[in-house]
Amino acid sequence: MLSKGQARAFFLGGTAVTFAVFLGLSWNSLSTKVPKQTHAENITPQVIRGKHLWESNNCMGCHTIMGEGAYYAPELTKVVERRGDNYIKAALMSKTPWSPRGRKMVAYGFSEEEANDLVAFFTWIGNTDLNGFPAKPKYKTTQNF
Amino acid sequence: MRYKSQKVAYWFFALSMLLLTLQLVYGFIMGFAHMGYDNLHSFIPFNTARAVHTNLLVVWLLSGFMGAAYYIIPEEAENELVSVKLAYVQLISLAVVGVIAIIGYHFNYWEGRKFLEIPRPLDYLVVVNVLTFLGLILVTLFMGKKRTTTSLVLSMGLLFAALLYLPGMIWFDNQTMDSFFRWWVVHLWVEGVWELIMGGILAYLLIKITGVDREVIEKWLYVIVGLTFISGVLGTGHHYYYIGTPKYWLIIGGIFSALEPLAFLGMALFAVAMYRKGEKRHPNKIALSWTLGTSIISFVGAGLLGMAHTLPSVNMYTHGTLVTAMHGHLAFWGAYGMIVLAIISYTLPNLTGRKRYDNVNGVLAFWLSNIGMIGMTAAFAAAGVAQVYMERIMGVDFGDVQKEIQVHFLVLVLCATLFSVGIGLFIYEFVKYGLPNDEALEINEND
Ligand code: HEC
Ligand code: HEM
Ligand code: HEM
Ligand SMILES: [Fe+2]
Repeated sequence: MLSKGQARAFFLGGTAVTFAVFLGLSWNSLSTKVPKQTHAENITPQVIRGKHLWESNNCMGCHTIMGEGAYYAPELTKVVERRGDNYIKAALMSKTPWSPRGRKMVAYGFSEEEANDLVAFFTWIGNTDLNGFPAKPKYKTTQNF
Repeated sequence: MRYKSQKVAYWFFALSMLLLTLQLVYGFIMGFAHMGYDNLHSFIPFNTARAVHTNLLVVWLLSGFMGAAYYIIPEEAENELVSVKLAYVQLISLAVVGVIAIIGYHFNYWEGRKFLEIPRPLDYLVVVNVLTFLGLILVTLFMGKKRTTTSLVLSMGLLFAALLYLPGMIWFDNQTMDSFFRWWVVHLWVEGVWELIMGGILAYLLIKITGVDREVIEKWLYVIVGLTFISGVLGTGHHYYYIGTPKYWLIIGGIFSALEPLAFLGMALFAVAMYRKGEKRHPNKIALSWTLGTSIISFVGAGLLGMAHTLPSVNMYTHGTLVTAMHGHLAFWGAYGMIVLAIISYTLPNLTGRKRYDNVNGVLAFWLSNIGMIGMTAAFAAAGVAQVYMERIMGVDFGDVQKEIQVHFLVLVLCATLFSVGIGLFIYEFVKYGLPNDEALEINEND
């Protein structure tokens, strides 16, 4: 039967090995692969300003992006493709809570410039290679505009 | 209670119960909003309610873990806590940071990254707070007479949890990189170092409650935490499928995360086996229920329901839907909520000298909260699965789908009410029979 010393060696050894592999793979991903897959060269100052607005207002507290966030409001990775710039700007600049389908967004009333920054951020996100996410639906039913 | 300084634990547990109550209030706000009743929108929009709900969760759990450490470490190390005064300072500052953060969330003051919403200046305060806590615990442990495996694993979990908070503070211009390191905190906490904390507390409870030999229990503790890290570290890859990271994570994340339930299965089998093997049963039946309960429900919530959406081909469709919320609730409850309630149930009679080992309120609290939470999980599951089929497979618009699934949130709120009654009874017992007193130092034959 396994002794306590062997059990400890299993714990320490296993942890050390998997952690080392994990760090190696993370380095490999972040140093070259991620910048290429996400087109890091397209992250302009405008995109960064958009990301700041995204974060300082905690949009992730209602929406998901790249599938991460909250489940109360639409997933926004492909929002530019789905709705187009003008629709998005209308939602962002609205002075009353945006809610064409009944559920309310916060009425941010952003300026035209801020709205453009956010659109730039969504455009950049929409062009990243997410290994196929979000999957195209198998059927086209009531996609409404 | 054998050491006077163990009393500090009570106040950490009290803070924990207070924050749990508040967490539930914000949970109801979100449940109603999903049902279509967002009447509080202008004061407490959904993103505020959510940040408060999840942050309070993390803080009540951490406060519970800290209380557990302040109780367990002096006893295991056979040494009074080095400074009781500092421990109280740490408690108060934890509460103050928490309250400021939560008030800030009502005024659009946050960092906007899921689970890590605490704004930067407060992050530094959290770091100072946690360093104080670790300092107290580690000095007490290393100046004590004994360094048991249980106390080492518990301390190691707490230390690593603190270290892993740091990657969440780095800022990137690239959303993918942000997300990459966010998971070093979120995933490596709940599927890594927090399991060490859970394992440490569970081992302590099993030693006390079942009377099985410490050597046997601690050997299995090593095996379980070994399984945790071997699967869980590379298992982080299950969050790197679809966020702009290379495809090899689909294979690595898929394989290793599919092994993660083994650690939870190990914990469940181990707890049940020790219970059956033990000869010197402790009279505290309520603590026993919570201890066995946490090991089993964590396997269901984290292990089985995690497995349900961890394979890349499934996750492609469930990623970022209510299916995740289903798993998140039962996993957090089973693994970390219940272990905190288990250690409270075990320590409270020892702190007060009142032998409330088996009583109606306590038993009802256990069953109502668990049945309620399982019902909530089922409601989220129904809503989530329907969402996946309609939105992701059929291509129905998000907003239209949400209207169709509103009814599941009525079920959610009803089950949440049952759950809250259970928690209410637990807290009633806690308040009514809680206050520690020094006479308990003399009546410690059952500790
Ligand atoms: C209180 C929750 C909430 C917050 C916070 C929030 N939104 Fe929204 N948002 C919504 C809801 C709900 C909708 C869908 C409204 C509808 O279609 O009826 C929406 C719609 C949108 C849309 C249109 C999406 C589509 O597919 O129709 C965009 C773009 C958007 N939000 C961007 C943002 C940005 C950027 C932020 C942060 C500055 C933000 N939202 C914050 C709730 C929120
Ligand atoms: C106690 C342990 C666990 C807890 C508390 C927990 C909790 C959570 C939470 C809160 C999330 C949402 C995170 C976010 O989006 O920021 C999540 C996501 C996830 N969990 Fe767990 N989890 C646990 C264990 C597991 C295990 C063992 C597995 C796999 C077998 C697993 C698989 C997943 C997957 C695949 C996701 C991503 C869902 C998505 O793509 O939206 N979890 N978990
Ligand atoms: C009164 C009871 C509760 C209700 C009504 C409730 C409801 C909710 C709702 C509606 C959400 C938001 C989902 C979304 O983004 O749309 C949520 C999120 C969450 N809740 Fe609760 N909750 C309750 C109690 C709890 C408890 C006791 C726990 C933990 C033990 C918990 C853990 C979580 C977690 C981890 C999330 C984030 C999930 C994710 O991001 O995937 N909740 N809750
Ligand atoms: Fe994970």
